[in-house]
Amino acid sequence: MTERIVYNIIQVLVVVAFAPLVEGVTSRLKEILQSKRGPSIFQPYRDIWKLLHKDEIVSEHSSWLFRAAPYVAFAAPVFVALLIPVLTRYPLFFAFMADMLGVGFVFALGGFFASLAAVDTANPYGPMGASRTRMVGFLAEPVFIMVFLTISFVAGSTIPYIVQTHWVTPIANFFEPSHILLLIAFLMLILAEDGRIPVDSPSGHFELAMIDHSKSLEYSGRGAALMKWAGAMKFFVLIIVFINVLVTPWGLAKGTDVGEVLLAIPLVLFKMFCFVLVLVYIESSLAKLRLFRITEFIGAAFVISVVAVITRLSEI
Amino acid sequence: MSGSPVLFALDALTGALFLLTALGVVATRQVLASLQLFILQSLLLAFSALLLGIAQGSVHLLAVAAITIATKTLLIPWLLRHTVSAEIYRTREIERVLNIPSSLLIAAVLIVLAYVVATPLLGTAAVPFARINLPLGIAAMFLGTFTIVARREAVPQLLGLLGVENGVFFAGAAIVPNLPMIAELAAAVDVPAIALVIGMLTRRIHTRLGTTSVGELASLRDH
Repeated sequence: MTERIVYNIIQVLVVVAFAPLVEGVTSRLKEILQSKRGPSIFQPYRDIWKLLHKDEIVSEHSSWLFRAAPYVAFAAPVFVALLIPVLTRYPLFFAFMADMLGVGFVFALGGFFASLAAVDTANPYGPMGASRTRMVGFLAEPVFIMVFLTISFVAGSTIPYIVQTHWVTPIANFFEPSHILLLIAFLMLILAEDGRIPVDSPSGHFELAMIDHSKSLEYSGRGAALMKWAGAMKFFVLIIVFINVLVTPWGLAKGTDVGEVLLAIPLVLFKMFCFVLVLVYIESSLAKLRLFRITEFIGAAFVISVVAVITRLSEI
Repeated sequence: MSGSPVLFALDALTGALFLLTALGVVATRQVLASLQLFILQSLLLAFSALLLGIAQGSVHLLAVAAITIATKTLLIPWLLRHTVSAEIYRTREIERVLNIPSSLLIAAVLIVLAYVVATPLLGTAAVPFARINLPLGIAAMFLGTFTIVARREAVPQLLGLLGVENGVFFAGAAIVPNLPMIAELAAAVDVPAIALVIGMLTRRIHTRLGTTSVGELASLRDH
């Protein structure tokens, strides 16, 4: 029992500690692929460290929402990290609290507070970004529902620990068309949800074109550091859900041995590195879509998830 | 009739990707991208025929795979590139009969319809692979037809027609493993001929009208 609690805390610490690194590696790889040198992979750590030591300025016209939002946004992925299989194949102490739908709700809570805070300051760019994020969000919603429906239909459960073992027992399950189609649809959702290239440019600095990133423009000092860190952790956790729950549980610890759990950390990071390579390739080879083309992108994801359900239905 | 589970799963995967490429031909804006998707679709068709050929020990299906690769991935793209002028491939289709999200939704409905149509037929098919190939092949036929209806450029319409043809082969490979050789060879000659004729026609339309949006040719006019 105690070791499960300890592992659970280790799991959260891994998410908190390595999230900026994954973001740094992603941006560095992208620059390298585009024939540039790019910043060090530790740059996000330095940014967060610098921001934490700066003064925080809060507009006097803003309410408590503005001050509370970074903490909520930071807490949401930390809480999610308690629930999902980051390092182990078996449920840890706190995993009973929620299934994958619960994970979705916790994420939605963080996003909701970030949007409210963006509207709160009445900075012209904040509400614009917030409303666009909501637009992408409600377009993505039916796809999420279809994807989760398919997962629960195919794997017989929405609990991530049951879902992940389903794909590899037997191994033929891995090649099931519904599984592969789910992966494609969910990958498109990650791109939309995290503001990656075909939907939004994560490295853009042009406020009028921003979707996801203009929400945190008003923050400075500690608030900005927390928002940045929270963004990195959300990215990290989304990748974890994708590679560990939806792709395969390979590399995760099977036993309760301490060494095995610690060994899972580099293996999971390697899996994430492979995922980031694919992501960087997608981001470098596509152009950002215009705002009203996003419906087409997400519409395609929706149809793919519908096809996943249908192919599954036909096999019975 | 071994029908090993791995071959079965691989065929299912091929089928799913086959259907995705058919959806892509419906949805892409660029003419060149839809041609590339068609080539990919034909490769997947050949792969499926290869898997079925191995699983059932049928030489005919291996021949289908070889013919598909030779005609549809090599000959037809080559013909289309040489008969249709290059600037058509650079164009984006601005005007469509339906916008892309609604075409995709209709495509989803068509796929469901294909499964509904195929389910009663499955009782008669002896080959286990028919469970995958028949509905997906029918879905690809529907999507190809829908492409012809929904798009206004000549080349994507042709690709829709060829997509119907791919769908027929995809379904046929599973229900009649020993298709007479003559049928395969006839198709191998017919399909490039269709591509050639439509390609030439498109070139003529392009030189006469300066556009290949054949959707605008709805009424007769004197110039």
